[in-house]
Amino acid sequence: MAVSTYSGAEQYNFEIVKKFAVMSLIWAVVGMFVGVYIASELAWPFLNFDSPYFSFGRFRPVHTTSVIFGFGGSALFATSYYVVQRTCQTRLISDGMASFTFWGWMAVIALADISYVLGYTQSREYAEMEWPIDILIEVVWVTYLILFVGTIMRRKQPHIYVANWFYLSFILATALLHTFNNLAMPINLFSMKSYSLFSGTQDAMTQWWYGHNAVGFFLTAAFLGMMYYFVPKQAGRPIYSYRLSIVHFWALSFMYMWVGAHHLHWTALPDWTSSLAAAFSILLLMPSWGGMINGIMTLSGAWDKLRTDPVMRFMIVALSFYGMSTFEGPMMSLKEVNALSHYTDWTIGHVHSGALGWVAMISFGSLYHMIPKLWGTKIYSNKLVETHFWLATIGIVLYIVAMWISGITQGLMWRSFDEFGNLQYSFAESVAAMMPFYAMRAIGGMFFLTGTVLMTINMLMTIRQGKLENAALEAKLAAKLARA
Amino acid sequence: MNFNFKHEWIETNIGLMAVLTMLAISVGGLVEIAPLFFIDKTIEKVAGVRPYTPLEQRGRDIYQREGCYLCHSQMIRPFRDEKLRYGHYSLAAESQYDHPFQWGSKRTGPDLARVGGKYSNEWHVQHLTAPRSMVPESVMPNYPWLLSTPLDLSDLTDRMKALRKVGVPYSLTDAEYKANVAQFGETVARQLHIPDAQKNLLEQANFGNYDGDRSGISEMDALVAYLQVLGTMVDFSKYKDDAFVDNR
Repeated sequence: MAVSTYSGAEQYNFEIVKKFAVMSLIWAVVGMFVGVYIASELAWPFLNFDSPYFSFGRFRPVHTTSVIFGFGGSALFATSYYVVQRTCQTRLISDGMASFTFWGWMAVIALADISYVLGYTQSREYAEMEWPIDILIEVVWVTYLILFVGTIMRRKQPHIYVANWFYLSFILATALLHTFNNLAMPINLFSMKSYSLFSGTQDAMTQWWYGHNAVGFFLTAAFLGMMYYFVPKQAGRPIYSYRLSIVHFWALSFMYMWVGAHHLHWTALPDWTSSLAAAFSILLLMPSWGGMINGIMTLSGAWDKLRTDPVMRFMIVALSFYGMSTFEGPMMSLKEVNALSHYTDWTIGHVHSGALGWVAMISFGSLYHMIPKLWGTKIYSNKLVETHFWLATIGIVLYIVAMWISGITQGLMWRSFDEFGNLQYSFAESVAAMMPFYAMRAIGGMFFLTGTVLMTINMLMTIRQGKLENAALEAKLAAKLARA
Repeated sequence: MNFNFKHEWIETNIGLMAVLTMLAISVGGLVEIAPLFFIDKTIEKVAGVRPYTPLEQRGRDIYQREGCYLCHSQMIRPFRDEKLRYGHYSLAAESQYDHPFQWGSKRTGPDLARVGGKYSNEWHVQHLTAPRSMVPESVMPNYPWLLSTPLDLSDLTDRMKALRKVGVPYSLTDAEYKANVAQFGETVARQLHIPDAQKNLLEQANFGNYDGDRSGISEMDALVAYLQVLGTMVDFSKYKDDAFVDNR
């Protein structure tokens, strides 16, 4: 009810949660739009328009940064601030610091996107930001850590709720990864340009230790934190197994950090490193599926919600995609499979079944749960949620099927020989074979983007409705007080 | 001794939880990354690999700026098809002066680790300006601005000094220069001398005339010079087929 959220606003800092939640949707629309655009550039190259600013190579980091750090990052800030306050029953320790993390993080994403288009990049995937932006990230991140841990220290409960463990692990790991992967020497203090401290093999290993754990902690552990709070909340049931969450947490935190080198199979990285990574990648299947089971089984006894509650459906489909991509991942980390899949679109498909299917869907579910609560109202239109669900699901399926076919086709064409033992296809022939699938992928992306736009409209209307209801209620109260 | 561990201790103590989490996430990186700096076999001992000349390095900067690494790998794997298509598999030694590495992760276009010398300069200029005029199936963007943009030389020595600080043997002093002569021979050592960087760059660009236009030095000159040196430093005819097996 409106009145209870009113008092809630005093007990908790929900202003910061609201800001991040709205920006999360805005960055989702921006980042996914750029994604659809660059996907279209691959299908229809004239879209590069002979312009440095629109060319694929400069635009692709704009897509990855806006969706991972803009959309995903903002969703994580929003939900972690919400969850830590609710579960610790205390307010964030500092409104000023919270506000700093908001403006700082928004500046990071905006500056990064602009700098890529202008040609400033470290050329490290998902860590393309040049050194001044990296320093800003570091400052924002340490503030975030202090704020988060400080708030937990002020908790009213002796126990720290499991969602917070995952958020904590994500914050610590991101700090560690970001710091070591971005060690670089600026050419001078007034230039954006820098050169990485490490070179060649060591540099590659550091980057993929970072790169895969950006997936492991930023895009997995943190979103599992989200899952551990919002799935039980939406289902109205406790988490399936507390013991499983303990095992899940420690196994995941420990093992993920070993697997990055599976991005470097068959390269000049020594075999011992990539074999070790492959072994841990396979082991990782167990905690990953443990987490998935813990999430899905939370619904046991309340399965009917899947029929009646579209928000719940987002969450369960998210967990299913999580299970699917955490099976596909270990499989692709086998050297024999990797020999075929690496360097092809299969990898892109795999990333998107995780990023769209798991990360985006669980975020959508959580935001649908949280936004109406924050503004003390109900979802403006459940019908639009339903439409969004189907657009998103169809979009993902089109996307990953296109990438499976194109990836495996590429891999097979590159390695096929004619009867004389010569290469059967030129590289250009394999590019030509990709065309229908690049178009199909762009269309899948358009479906997904359309769903996200619908959600944004739906949520903005929900916020408007919440504000109107609140104003009406206050007017009523004022009138009553005036009469008394 | 009776030690009854309870997970509850961790769940109720944020300090303990943070420390243990930090421990859990630190092990993997330490075990897999740190040894790469100390195990000698990680980088093969091989003759010919040298740091880039100033012009090539500037070309590399442009390669990085345009995000070429997002569609082109520079890492040939030890497979029969890759040997036929691209050449000898890539050695760790070949990217030892690459700050940052450009191995890439995706081949929307072909691998470029040994593209040097495969095509003429004219082919590269035409292909970079309008890829589909050379390869109709290509989905690569056009890069017409490379020809029309003069190469920025203002911070050339800053760039080389920064690379020197991270370990690339560009020389500033006489002693360093002499060490380079001993290691790479005089011709190469002269190219690596920072005080002469600009002179060397102009000489190479004018002599090589990579973009086919003698009126000035464009970004195209630098990029083509870089592409033409890729994968050409090691002479594999001097090594037996299994010379590098132990390094993998």
